[in-house]
Amino acid sequence: MSTQRIVFVGVGGQGNLLASNLLGQAALAAGVQVVVSEIHGMAQRGGVVESAVILGEATSPIVSNAEADVLVSFEPVEALRLLPKANKETLIITNTRPMPPFTVAIGAAPYPPPEESVAYLGKKVKKVVAFDGQALAEEAKNPLSLNMVMLGALFGAAELPIDVKTMKKVIRSQTKKRFAASNVKAFDLGFKAAAAA
Amino acid sequence: MDVLLTPSGGKEHLLLGNEAIVRGALEAGMAFATCYPGTPSSEVPDTLYRLRKQFPNKVKYYFEYSTNEKVALECAAGAAASGVRTLCTMKHVGVNVAADPLMTLAYVGVRAGMVLLTADDPSLFSSQNEQDNRYYARLSGLPMLEPCGPAEAKEMTSHAFDLSEELGTPVFIRTTTRVNHAREAVKLAKLGKVKQKSKFVKAPMQFVTVPAVSRNLHLRLLNIHKQAAALSESSPWNKISGRGKLGIITNGVSYNYVADAVADLGAKSKIKIFKVGMSYPLPEKKLANFLKSVDKVLVVEELEPIMEEAARAIAQEKGIKVQIVGKMPGQIPAKSVDVEIPKFLSRAFEYNPRLVRSAIAKAFGLKYKGTAELKLTGMPAPPGRPPNLCPGCPHRATYHAVKEVMGDEAIYPTDIGCYTLGLLPPIQAADFLICMGSSVSSAGGISRATGQKVVAFIGDSTFFHSGITGLVNAVHNNHNFTLVILDNGTTAMTGHQPHPGVNTDSIGDITTHVPLEPLVRGLGVKHVTTIKPFKVRASKKAIKEAVAHDGVSVIISKELCPLFAKRVAPTSKKPFYVNQDKCKGHMDCIKKVACPAMFVEDGQARINPMQCIGCALCAQICPENAILPVKAKA
Repeated sequence: MSTQRIVFVGVGGQGNLLASNLLGQAALAAGVQVVVSEIHGMAQRGGVVESAVILGEATSPIVSNAEADVLVSFEPVEALRLLPKANKETLIITNTRPMPPFTVAIGAAPYPPPEESVAYLGKKVKKVVAFDGQALAEEAKNPLSLNMVMLGALFGAAELPIDVKTMKKVIRSQTKKRFAASNVKAFDLGFKAAAAA
Repeated sequence: MDVLLTPSGGKEHLLLGNEAIVRGALEAGMAFATCYPGTPSSEVPDTLYRLRKQFPNKVKYYFEYSTNEKVALECAAGAAASGVRTLCTMKHVGVNVAADPLMTLAYVGVRAGMVLLTADDPSLFSSQNEQDNRYYARLSGLPMLEPCGPAEAKEMTSHAFDLSEELGTPVFIRTTTRVNHAREAVKLAKLGKVKQKSKFVKAPMQFVTVPAVSRNLHLRLLNIHKQAAALSESSPWNKISGRGKLGIITNGVSYNYVADAVADLGAKSKIKIFKVGMSYPLPEKKLANFLKSVDKVLVVEELEPIMEEAARAIAQEKGIKVQIVGKMPGQIPAKSVDVEIPKFLSRAFEYNPRLVRSAIAKAFGLKYKGTAELKLTGMPAPPGRPPNLCPGCPHRATYHAVKEVMGDEAIYPTDIGCYTLGLLPPIQAADFLICMGSSVSSAGGISRATGQKVVAFIGDSTFFHSGITGLVNAVHNNHNFTLVILDNGTTAMTGHQPHPGVNTDSIGDITTHVPLEPLVRGLGVKHVTTIKPFKVRASKKAIKEAVAHDGVSVIISKELCPLFAKRVAPTSKKPFYVNQDKCKGHMDCIKKVACPAMFVEDGQARINPMQCIGCALCAQICPENAILPVKAKA
């Protein structure tokens, strides 16, 4: 198979690293060669958190600018910030619910309206899947399951060499028991939202 | 049961590089481990700590978080000299702290395998510099292995114990962030047999380094180096792959970028790759033969041009006519990697697949039609999202009180931890920082040289790491400054590791608690006050008194890190809200406190109850007393 380079971005606390780790586990279970990379440390004090999952033949753990096949953004302006990783063929999946940084919250910097961000993304790449993922996490009765919603959306919108069953099995076995059911529900809601887009 | 403790081998698991290093050590029968945590090395000791705690009857090793890297290495040296297999881990700058024991440990050697992990951080994701610790192998004379990813990290760690034992000397494993923090499939081997206890056999002529002994030990080291150089020639980690008249010499994670690039460029039949895994001593004969076999060689290595210089020296010495290119004589990137990712091989910042691919194409005149970068003109500007102190972080309260008393005139040396974020507005109480512990000692230098008021900040873990000696120095030499020890009861920045000042009962450890205040008094500090930083008025009063003291004064600002407290001592404080009738929009809370739980709406401050943990700092600052605790539901 050819290489698929997927980059996840979010804000500290949104569970981005868990999503990429679970996708990596599912790849291993499906017999697909995989490398995952993460950045820990200072980045997590409310800052931007980025991770990458590379499926297929490549062995490099990171994705260069213009070389991501899929960007999965947990926050609309983070999709903009990550846009240099994309090229015109890139699929972008983004949550549209803003999580304004502190500078914006206190009125010291403007926050681009999500519709504007999404429209700009749409002008730059082939396909954008944008929806309120946080609403779906809430619908799954687990506000912290945005990461599962976005993972579901990735499966709904992109053609991956991993089947959905394997992914869900990993979610069930690798996330905390009391959240397993709502996590799978969130995954399904994200999948449907993206497949319909 | 944790997969890392699976006794049998054979199965593949997706492991983080740092977990793979742990497994490699366990497969080698490691019996003893010491460390000081630091990104990107921290998950190695954290995993060892966690496994020991969760499975006390399954693990067979001793583990400790040592107070600093020098202590960790000395403790490990004692264990290895006694004859048990030992692992010692630290980040790259930690090796600077451990450099003193390191240089002479290399003379005396070890009686059982000892592995020293140095985790380097190209691009400075969480570090104060991006020094290249391959130089430490050269400086100390110790062998070094460099894995390219988690699977190899496990194999090499395990092998490094054998190599160390064979040579009677410690062996370095050098990683970079992209190895420590990558995950890939790692195939397990069987867990090793552990020799847990040994007996120290006296041999002062090997282990007591008086000059007469050390003269002989230097010769010992040079002989071991010669032996290691011979092993490097046949080391399975120094591998040549591919064929052709073009060559690439590379190491570590750069190997992955090179291997992918050669495949992308369809140049597998044109380019040979020399993957250097045992990078010190270099396999000079093997490299000479490689250089002879090609017309042109490109060296791809992050940071310093160490292999490039070695290749040039070998070619010159052997009279090999080969063109060698790499990063010398050296182009310097115009901007920081945050602003612009370099497009050529340089001595600064990490490499990436695209950069390496284009460097190879350029060096060898190959064509590649890659994807074009997007033109991002007219993009709505994403607002900055700098890291920030958490809601309810006691550091914010301490900084607020000090700034209220001292303003912007005082000089604020700071140190390494979450509280370094005090650099950012509105706190802006960070004027000087070079390494762990520098706050205390540099405070003395600044106050002596200028006579300006100096208030230094250091965290509790960092104080134990390397603040104590600086404080003794300040007392002894009659310096004049105030030191604020931000005592949040844990090592917050790197993931809440314990340290001597941690109340160990709260986390169920059997280590001994060393309380700060008697320690500071014992060091000879006459003016010591412990404050509760969320009591703003009392804190300001104590700070005023401390800075008025002539000589060294210490304020211990004691309040648990809220993230740590959530785990060990949960409280149920109510969140606060802004009474909209009382708020007159002064914005003191926003301007002075800048807590991430706050936001502005309709010209008034508001508090997000989901984020507020009820520390009450803002409530004490509001001139209208408009910030009140949310009332319990009736």
